[in-house]
Amino acid sequence: MAVAKEIRAKIHSIKNTQKITRAMEMVAASKMRKVQDRMQRAKPYAHKILQVIGHLAKGHPEYRHPYLQEREIKRVGFIVVTTDRGLCGGLNSNLLKYSLQQIKKWKDQGAEINLCLVGTKAESFFKRIGGRILAHATHLGDAPKLADLIGVVKVMLTAYMDKQIDALFLCSNEFVNTMKQEPVVQQMLPIVPSTNEKLEHYWDYIYEPDNARELLDQLLSRYIESQVYRGVIENIACEQAARMVAMKNATDNATELINDLQLIYHKARQAAITRELNEIVAGAAVV
Amino acid sequence: MTATRVTLRLDIVSAEEAIFSGEAEMVFVTGAMGELGIAPGHAPLVTALKSGNIRVISPETKKEEVFYVKGGMLEVQPFVVTVLADTVVRAHDIDEAAALEAKARAEQALATKSTEIDFAKASAELAEAIAQIRAVQKMKAKYTNK
Repeated sequence: MAVAKEIRAKIHSIKNTQKITRAMEMVAASKMRKVQDRMQRAKPYAHKILQVIGHLAKGHPEYRHPYLQEREIKRVGFIVVTTDRGLCGGLNSNLLKYSLQQIKKWKDQGAEINLCLVGTKAESFFKRIGGRILAHATHLGDAPKLADLIGVVKVMLTAYMDKQIDALFLCSNEFVNTMKQEPVVQQMLPIVPSTNEKLEHYWDYIYEPDNARELLDQLLSRYIESQVYRGVIENIACEQAARMVAMKNATDNATELINDLQLIYHKARQAAITRELNEIVAGAAVV
Repeated sequence: MTATRVTLRLDIVSAEEAIFSGEAEMVFVTGAMGELGIAPGHAPLVTALKSGNIRVISPETKKEEVFYVKGGMLEVQPFVVTVLADTVVRAHDIDEAAALEAKARAEQALATKSTEIDFAKASAELAEAIAQIRAVQKMKAKYTNK
């Protein structure tokens, strides 16, 4: 019965692993719902701030903020958003692969690449393969605050103002649905003016302090920050969704393994019983 | 939009959540240049906000609701008021400090050997990771078909 005992131990251990993966699946599912909720809550701000920027820009057509001006691109900045933890399938690998393609495209055009990394996976990846890194933020947790990102965004904005970079892109995962997450690269700077904006009433604003440029500057920085924040939150939603699916697969695989092992166990047990019976019968025949 | 309208539409939003959205009879805020009271029909105005309370007088109950914001921006149109609230106290030097910290972290933790990206190594590494995942999926498909 030695074999049977070994198999039993194995089944037991797989069952324990299965318990963990099942728990992780459920945790990821509940976290995903929470993050999706956060994504929704962040939406009105982006909408409103764009409106106000639109109004202000319309009131001052003669002033073109550097964030809105296109210039020749010699250096490019990339904000790469990954997760902090693994066990989420190919999420990070796919994102890094896609980002790398985009980076290479710029590189081939002779542009210099500057990076800003969010998440430990991006950190360890670029640590191995090299690259000029301007800023990085890790361990943001499941519910990052905008405050956690101010620093890194500020570094990139300053780099843009100092002409260390001429364009800024955000690489993150887009949450399509629970089963599908897609890596996307979005242009952050110069800001792409939205084309579907309606021509609204022109307001002759009073400015306090009496400097529209300063206010516009502040608004645009806030806008970029909120966009990066949205990217990070969405990436977390993707992470949880991917983890949920990965853990579901792991649980299913464990079930299959257990079934197979159970079959082998029964066979081994029966074989042992048969052998014992044989021995008894043979023994009786001799007597 | 008539002059006899006695309420204005107020939206208070921050990057993390929508704080308030509804009608108000009057709104009081702390602007960069001082305390402001906004009644319906106010002249269009854009201002930075200091951290402080936003007091909203509701048209039905005439009661005051108070929201605390840590600064932000205010846009006023005659009957629409938008507050873009900050989630943390912002000041130039605080932002600068956060930026320096992010930079220092990058320099410390990521003392990479070269500033050039090794594309060959990177794609090899990624291809391997993705191939592993694919192999597992394929094996699983084969296994279940049996």
